[in-house]
Amino acid sequence: MSMQPLAAMGPPVALKEPRRPSRHGRLRAAEVRWGLAFIAPYVAVFLAFVVHPYAYVLWMAADPSLYADLIDDRLFLPTLVNTLLFVGLGVNLKMFLALLLSGFFLRPRRWIRILLAIYVLPWALAAAQTCLSFHWMLIGEQGLVDGLLLQLFGIEGPIWFNGRWLGLGSDIAACLWKWMPFWTLIFLAARLTIPRDIYDSAKVDGATGVRQFVHVTFPLLANLYLICTLLSVLWTLGDFTTVYLVSNGGPAGLTNVLATLGYHYAFNFGRPALGVAAVMSALPVLIPLIIVLMRRFQTSAVQL
Amino acid sequence: MSRAPGNLALGLRHRQRLIEIGSIALGAVLLIWTLLPVYNLLLIALDPEEGEIEFTGNLWTSEPTLDGFIDVITQKARYLEDFWNQFGNSVFIGLLTMVLTVLVGSLASFAVSRLRLARGSLLTNAALLTYAIPAAFLIVPYYRIMHEYGLYDNLWAVVLAQVTFATPFAILILQLYGRLIPLELDDSARVDGASPLQVYMRIYLPLMVPALAVVAIYALLLAWNDYLYQAVLLSPRNMTVSMVQGQLFLDVDAEWNAMMAAAILYVLPPLAVLFVLRRYVAASLAMVSSGP
Repeated sequence: MSMQPLAAMGPPVALKEPRRPSRHGRLRAAEVRWGLAFIAPYVAVFLAFVVHPYAYVLWMAADPSLYADLIDDRLFLPTLVNTLLFVGLGVNLKMFLALLLSGFFLRPRRWIRILLAIYVLPWALAAAQTCLSFHWMLIGEQGLVDGLLLQLFGIEGPIWFNGRWLGLGSDIAACLWKWMPFWTLIFLAARLTIPRDIYDSAKVDGATGVRQFVHVTFPLLANLYLICTLLSVLWTLGDFTTVYLVSNGGPAGLTNVLATLGYHYAFNFGRPALGVAAVMSALPVLIPLIIVLMRRFQTSAVQL
Repeated sequence: MSRAPGNLALGLRHRQRLIEIGSIALGAVLLIWTLLPVYNLLLIALDPEEGEIEFTGNLWTSEPTLDGFIDVITQKARYLEDFWNQFGNSVFIGLLTMVLTVLVGSLASFAVSRLRLARGSLLTNAALLTYAIPAAFLIVPYYRIMHEYGLYDNLWAVVLAQVTFATPFAILILQLYGRLIPLELDDSARVDGASPLQVYMRIYLPLMVPALAVVAIYALLLAWNDYLYQAVLLSPRNMTVSMVQGQLFLDVDAEWNAMMAAAILYVLPPLAVLFVLRRYVAASLAMVSSGP
């Protein structure tokens, strides 16, 4: 990219004596050598730990008979539905609530600033440990939640992990608890960069409250919202810890998602290739996602 | 004529009070939502009885005790006889992931954005490709290749895996932030005879501190949150804190007060790091979010 202007700047003499490098040329060559040395560590990591496993995964998942086995397995279709719900409901709730809450945290009150510091806590608390806390909290009548329901409202709480939908709902709740604060912070920071006078002129035109949000705030944050949603889909799809430690895929494996089912096939049933095939059944969704994400990043880079 | 504005002001004040009450109610809900699981951790950890995970109906344990914590610290709790070793392994993985991600990520983004390496954007895009397949989906091939590389049951296997997943995000953040630093600074240093390495050390790194802090926190939390890669790539000989707790959670008879005390001890270090670096995190978050 920057080679062209440099070449254009070189004197025409250089054409007659191509072997003698100009000062720019020498600098350039040294620069390229330095550049290569600087990227070498990352290239090594990328080749050894991205290219190699990717090739492995594609090679392992290439056998079509694996997919026949998958369809035959009674756990696979429920797992696909669970994954769709866990990601679809989880991500949309997470992003939308985070966007709304970022507006709430914008209010200039001291207690709201303190509340924000508490609210972002889950993001910095380790996942496995807090998921365990969710597990024990919802363990049934012995758990804190059902105990509180009984004490405060006299309601007999459900046994959360005995049913598929309540179990999956608990997983989604734990995922919201852990990751919503992070996205709220991102949206809050973005809202802070919107100039005040845009809102002032919107107010003059009569846009307040909901209309202000729909016509001013949301359009300005739309691109960021899309990028964050796509990233969140990728990260939530790969969320093994929450489902594994909150509902443990139970009852009878009915709350598994692709990440935990692949793990079970590979490490409990001793069928690693089947495990890889299970997670790779998400590939038709993953490829368009990452393409859109790359494009969006590039357009946002140009806008900068 | 004077009544209309009066009514309007009254209505406005009424509305404002409603908003105020609503936001306090929302605040209360958020507070309970956020603190309930944390409170549950404390409740179990402070319980005098070992296997107790029951909520007995009192909002606070009748006789709170630090026995759980003492059992952990003195390594007397079952499964946690080796707690400080496990903790040390977790710290090793966390710290090395943090340092290596900052180093590898900053070197690569310096080369791409400051040395004007031709086709540098190719590297950024390739790095983003890492996220095409979520990390949890790659655990089987990682298990195999770590055996091939002779790294199975070695803490370095987990470190390298985490660095792989943290670095693309690092490169992205560093490139976004790096645009704020004028290239002329590099040029004038180069005219004065500084080598690219000197520019990297003396100009790039010091000016990038806020973004580097975010990258460091991100990498540390990634490694600290991980359960899967540690559980699969390490054997019981190299236990980490998360492995113990994840593997034994189906054992209702474990000493849960000590287990949860260990969880609380494990949760604290990243909080301390975050607290120290909070100003940088706020600064870079604002910058990065204004980009896209």
